[in-house]
Amino acid sequence: MFAIELDRVSRVYQKYSAQHRFQTFKSAIVKGDFFRSLKPEELVTAVDGVSLQVEKGTTFGVIGSNGSGKSTLLKLIAGIAKPTSGTVKVEGKISALIELGAGFHPEISGRENVYINGIMLGLSKKEVQRKFDEIVRFAELEEFIDAPVKTYSSGMYMRLGFSIAINVNPEILLVDEVLAVGDAAFVPKCLDRIDDFRRRAKTILFVSHDLATVAKVCDRVAWMKGGRIQMIGDPKRVVDAYLQDVAAAQEEDFKARKKAAGAATEKTAGAEERAAEAGTAEAEAGGREKRWGKREVEIRTVTLRDLRGEEKHVFHPEEGMAVEMDVVAREPLKDFVFGVGIFNSLGTLCYGTNTHLEDFEPVAIGGEGKVVCRVERLNLVNGTYYLDVAVHRRDGYPYDYHHNLYSFLVSSTLRDEGVARLPHTWEFSPSVRLKPPEK
Amino acid sequence: MITNKGGKSSKKLARPGRSTGAGPVDFGPGLGYTKGPMKRLASNLRELYKHRLLIRTLVSRELKARYRGTVLGFLWSFINPLLLMIVYTVVFGLILRSRGDEAIGATTGLYALYLFCGVLPWTWFSSSALESANVLMINGNLIKKILFPAEVLPVVTVTSNLLHFLFGLPILLLFVPVMGKSFTPYALFLPVVILVQYLFSLGFSLLISALTVHFRDIKDVLSNLMTFWFFTTPIIYSLKMKALEGVPAVKTLLALNPMTHIIEGYHSCLFYGELIHWKKLGVTLLASLLLFWVGYSVFDRLRDSFPEEV
Repeated sequence: MFAIELDRVSRVYQKYSAQHRFQTFKSAIVKGDFFRSLKPEELVTAVDGVSLQVEKGTTFGVIGSNGSGKSTLLKLIAGIAKPTSGTVKVEGKISALIELGAGFHPEISGRENVYINGIMLGLSKKEVQRKFDEIVRFAELEEFIDAPVKTYSSGMYMRLGFSIAINVNPEILLVDEVLAVGDAAFVPKCLDRIDDFRRRAKTILFVSHDLATVAKVCDRVAWMKGGRIQMIGDPKRVVDAYLQDVAAAQEEDFKARKKAAGAATEKTAGAEERAAEAGTAEAEAGGREKRWGKREVEIRTVTLRDLRGEEKHVFHPEEGMAVEMDVVAREPLKDFVFGVGIFNSLGTLCYGTNTHLEDFEPVAIGGEGKVVCRVERLNLVNGTYYLDVAVHRRDGYPYDYHHNLYSFLVSSTLRDEGVARLPHTWEFSPSVRLKPPEK
Repeated sequence: MITNKGGKSSKKLARPGRSTGAGPVDFGPGLGYTKGPMKRLASNLRELYKHRLLIRTLVSRELKARYRGTVLGFLWSFINPLLLMIVYTVVFGLILRSRGDEAIGATTGLYALYLFCGVLPWTWFSSSALESANVLMINGNLIKKILFPAEVLPVVTVTSNLLHFLFGLPILLLFVPVMGKSFTPYALFLPVVILVQYLFSLGFSLLISALTVHFRDIKDVLSNLMTFWFFTTPIIYSLKMKALEGVPAVKTLLALNPMTHIIEGYHSCLFYGELIHWKKLGVTLLASLLLFWVGYSVFDRLRDSFPEEV
């Protein structure tokens, strides 16, 4: 038995420009063809022929990037928006957590707002009365319930809104990323309540960017892209496919940006060359602090690869990375050190090392060559990282120093925190029982 | 079972030359009518009746919120019309000296009563109209984010203004004997007049609120129109004044204004103490019903566009 059934549902939005509006108004008055002239000039398809079924008592997740049509889909199911074509069938009372406290009036008290909001969501006055204490207790607002809502903090506002919506006691609950704004103590409470819903075999439709939660709580997941359903099925598989797609898109993005940046440095590189020849290192420093040194040894290009040798910019924490430098020495030298440093977005040095620190004895360098620093496992947490590469003398005199010129991304569903992901395992004595993660 | 159906698609298939599905979509709202307009109105009215608790709650919220934080609170419902009446009386009764005509009261005091009789219901009508021009946008959150019957909003606007009018009514009734007029049994027809005005205001507000979503200019047009409308309604003058005797064209023009007959109804009941003009008020009632039907139909046709336009 299906609680929600969508059959080839599309929703097209129109865009009206101010110019068009004016013409509409004019022709509406002049010709009297009022409704005919309300035609839009541009159409945007937010949801495009989506068919899906959600079985009763299951938790269904919808994931996808911004603008993929998730929220529109939710609105169609909630009945707030009408489909342009296709049918939406819903069986059972719906409560939509799309925007919490949407109907709150700032001037009147929380108490009165609970009544009004409850009635807006379809409760009778008696039902609100019966559930009133529970609503207030869950929202933790016992002290403030008689103060006007405008005095509430945004967290209090959200808590009250969530508490009312969840106490409507629906058979189908639609959740749209509302939990993203809650404070650390309240979110687990909300998730707990949603879990409770699951146990009572109610249907939940869950739209979220929090992939870890989606993969954990959902029975099935749909991935939306450009208004269509890209994939539907087992949560882990769908989330993985989505993550791969996101990583590929980020990779593309990185390449495009690098290309643009490359075009810019090409030009400045010429200027640097001349500056270096003139022996005016100071002039160069004025232009940019990101690269300095007279380039007796020059690092021409830096390439990030995975351990198989593919060029890459988005890495999994457990993955390895190779920093490849093409170098050229203008004159034969006997004193040189190659170094690499990884900084996170806060500017903290996560790891730095060089050949001198690791007791490599420089012997000779001349002409072109290649230097590769292989990191077997990154062991970093999610985030953007910046790379320093340098070649300098043992006393620190720089030949060519690139500061934060390169970046890469670490991305995964893991949510650990800190600077580095230290290799670790967990052990429990038999009296402490935990279910291990499924992966 | 609730079925949210793409209403337009079925009808569109029957129209030759109109593409469906992925092609350009005709957004001429309301092409998907399967029921007759009267049946549709009836089902809409039933819906509205189902939402009476919501309407009642929202009206009381409106009333509570309006004077929340003011020192005088609800007293403002009495003071506002009183002050307005005093201003009009000073300007038109003392400065312009338009009294002296039996029709609008021979003394300044009686003229003030006459004015109050018209200004009080006019305020109800004009604030309803002006507020409903904005009401869908102000409450856009409700329409966009939760399943909310939008027509409730203009109904709430008109109804809460009706209540303000009813709060001011005792002052008006008090002033009748104070100014030396006496009540006649005809005053009992007052509820009839109020009902006609309620219907008329509802129709007008539904129409205005729906159209303003698409044409925001209406808001500004309306505020000017209301000033004009005020002066083409016998509020500060009377149709019975001798000055109007000689110009039948103006009289005909004024007679075409439904508000004329509604305001005249109040004058008949309370100021002149005579029987309301049944025929004229009857025609006005029909006009109000027509406007209500038109207003509701337009609202209904544009309804689906509200969530993305407000």
